[in-house]
Amino acid sequence: MAKLPIQFRLNGSDRATFVDPASNLLDTLRRGLGDFGPKYGCGQGTCGVCTVLVDGEPQLACLTLAVSCEGRQIETTSGMADGPNLHPLQDAFMDHFAAQCGFCTPGMLTAARALLAKNPQPSREEVVEAISGNICRCTGYEPIIAAILAAANAPGARRA
Amino acid sequence: MLELRKDLFADERDDNLNVIGKGVQRQDMPGHVTARTRFFDDHAFDGMLHLKVVRSPHHHARIRSIDTSAAERAPGVKRVLRGADVPVNKNTLLSLINFGKDDEPSLAVSKVSYKGEPVIAILADSEAQALAARKLVRIDYDPLPAVFDVEETLKPGAPVVNETYPGNYFEYHERFDHQKLRFGDVERGFASADIVMEHRYQMSPIEHAPTETNGSIAAPEQNGRYVVHSCAQGLFFALGTTAKIVDVESNQLHFIGGTVGGGFGGKVDSLTEPLAVLGAMLTGRPVRFVLDREEEMLYGSPRGAERIYIKDGLMRDGRIVARHIRSYFDAGAYTRLSSYAAIKCTAHVPGPYWIPNVASDIYVSYTNRCPSTAMRGFGVTAVDFALEVQMDRLAEAASMDPMEFRILNAYRDGDMKPHRRAAKNTALVECVQVAAEKANWPLSEQAKRASSLIGGGAGERAQIPATQLDARGQIGRPDTRSGPVTQVLPAGTSRIAPSKQPVMEGARDGRATPTQVPRYEPQRPTAPPPPAYQPAPPPYQPASSYSPAPGHQPASPPPASPPPAAPAQTQHGAVRFSSVFGTRRR
Repeated sequence: MAKLPIQFRLNGSDRATFVDPASNLLDTLRRGLGDFGPKYGCGQGTCGVCTVLVDGEPQLACLTLAVSCEGRQIETTSGMADGPNLHPLQDAFMDHFAAQCGFCTPGMLTAARALLAKNPQPSREEVVEAISGNICRCTGYEPIIAAILAAANAPGARRA
Repeated sequence: MLELRKDLFADERDDNLNVIGKGVQRQDMPGHVTARTRFFDDHAFDGMLHLKVVRSPHHHARIRSIDTSAAERAPGVKRVLRGADVPVNKNTLLSLINFGKDDEPSLAVSKVSYKGEPVIAILADSEAQALAARKLVRIDYDPLPAVFDVEETLKPGAPVVNETYPGNYFEYHERFDHQKLRFGDVERGFASADIVMEHRYQMSPIEHAPTETNGSIAAPEQNGRYVVHSCAQGLFFALGTTAKIVDVESNQLHFIGGTVGGGFGGKVDSLTEPLAVLGAMLTGRPVRFVLDREEEMLYGSPRGAERIYIKDGLMRDGRIVARHIRSYFDAGAYTRLSSYAAIKCTAHVPGPYWIPNVASDIYVSYTNRCPSTAMRGFGVTAVDFALEVQMDRLAEAASMDPMEFRILNAYRDGDMKPHRRAAKNTALVECVQVAAEKANWPLSEQAKRASSLIGGGAGERAQIPATQLDARGQIGRPDTRSGPVTQVLPAGTSRIAPSKQPVMEGARDGRATPTQVPRYEPQRPTAPPPPAYQPAPPPYQPASSYSPAPGHQPASPPPASPPPAAPAQTQHGAVRFSSVFGTRRR
């Protein structure tokens, strides 16, 4: 099958590659561009570990056709820190022990990042709703919720 | 009081203990929050092949024929593997510690024993091509009757699930159909009890459902070795298992792990590493074998279901005087770790309570289900649930408060356990007292004054009672005794005779057998060429070391098929299960 060229901005850099028309964004990021931040967990949109931002909106990369991202802005956890300076959410996740095995963490951070960009002072219920599509099988939801609420109150949290 | 044994590992310890009460950052946390943590699948290789397996659609079936010709010609397919390609196509996980017989093929050859058992592996340039080729494999099955119940499978005439264990039970000490524990005389205890109560408890299999599915990537290294990125929970366990199955020295394998995307026990089975390495060896290319979510949920081994019967003899004053536990572990089609779970279970009964008469029979049953494996306290959690539900029922029957009932029956320091060891550092009394206080649960003054340090280890509580034998001179099942008991294992003893050693025996001096690195090459029997990997069982030859006294029968009940002759030097790897067989350093 003929491959199609595709170009988008990934974590602030212009990237171009060729994809199968049926390729999803997850495979394109991981296998095509080497960004292993988004993970494969289910391939059917139920676990949330592949969550990325497409033009600021959280999307499940496993259910997003790569070709639909032409010209879009894609952001992943790999590009969340500003050089050596961690994003306030990353600091808060560290301070609150909000990761155990770490596999759901990139998706959780991305979901939280999308939330705080729109709603800088979310209620606990809004935090729970924002990460409701992200499964943590180590069942560490409470520290994650605490970390997101703490980050919301930290300076610089509104930085997308 | 907790006893701190600072003499242990004195040369390895740093007594500058100053972290309690402080938050200490985990060393892997920066990687997790920056997505720099590399899980097994987060590695890129040029020319990587993708491996997918063809799984059995039947619970139990003979394989008449396999036709892979169309799959081999399919676009992108580089290699098709079948059982004959696997150098050592029969393994059991605990063979690394010489426990149990090899019983599970990597790829089924002549028969499948559970729905989802791998039969053929396909390696292709892309995952989509491997999946497409998977549909082109033609396997002709002859379905066989299947059995799914842990007790039905032990009945005469049940379909044989696993030819290595033709009685459908794991053979303990190479001849017993279950793991046994005897202490005192439960029958006499039941006869003297005011109330006798028996209940049945049935657990379900549970899938670990890790967010990261099982998988691995194997790739040739430049020096003739193979690098393996693995999600294994026990990396050296996976390395040893893989080295055995692909028949290489373990120093040819370079396993990289340590990042497990959720394990909970479901990543100890080496489900993918052996075939990934074999594929890399045969194609010279990196090979990625990852279970998709459906495979993980259906065929990643679950926690085994257990059926537990508990029969208790209770006095009106609340003392439990006898407890008989009978449990059946559902191993599924192959052993994996269920044999160990049953030993853990035996070591755990009768729960944290002093009971003068205890009997326990724990079976590992084979059924045509997905093989089960480790999960968070397997062998203990389920029986604990059953025991504590039973304790509530007993408290109700004795018209006692359930908290006080537990305090009354709890182990005190010095109490003799059925495993012939004195209880030490016991704390159930204090745990119940604290739990009651926190729950504002009223306790009597007497219960509040109780202590684990008071009342234990004296009189009969410190003694190993005379343990009743059956008419055949064995510690057999009380309910199969016929006629009056004629023999007694004298008080204070813990073994019958070396040839009929009961369970729970360690090395004779009670010390650990020195750890031995398994050396496969010299010890490995010649692998019979598939597909005839299951030769007919040899005619019955009694082991020379086992000569029953006249009139004595083999261990109860007689196995459906005579056990094979024991090797001259029987080495039960089980003695190295430190928590069970007393090999703990003291």
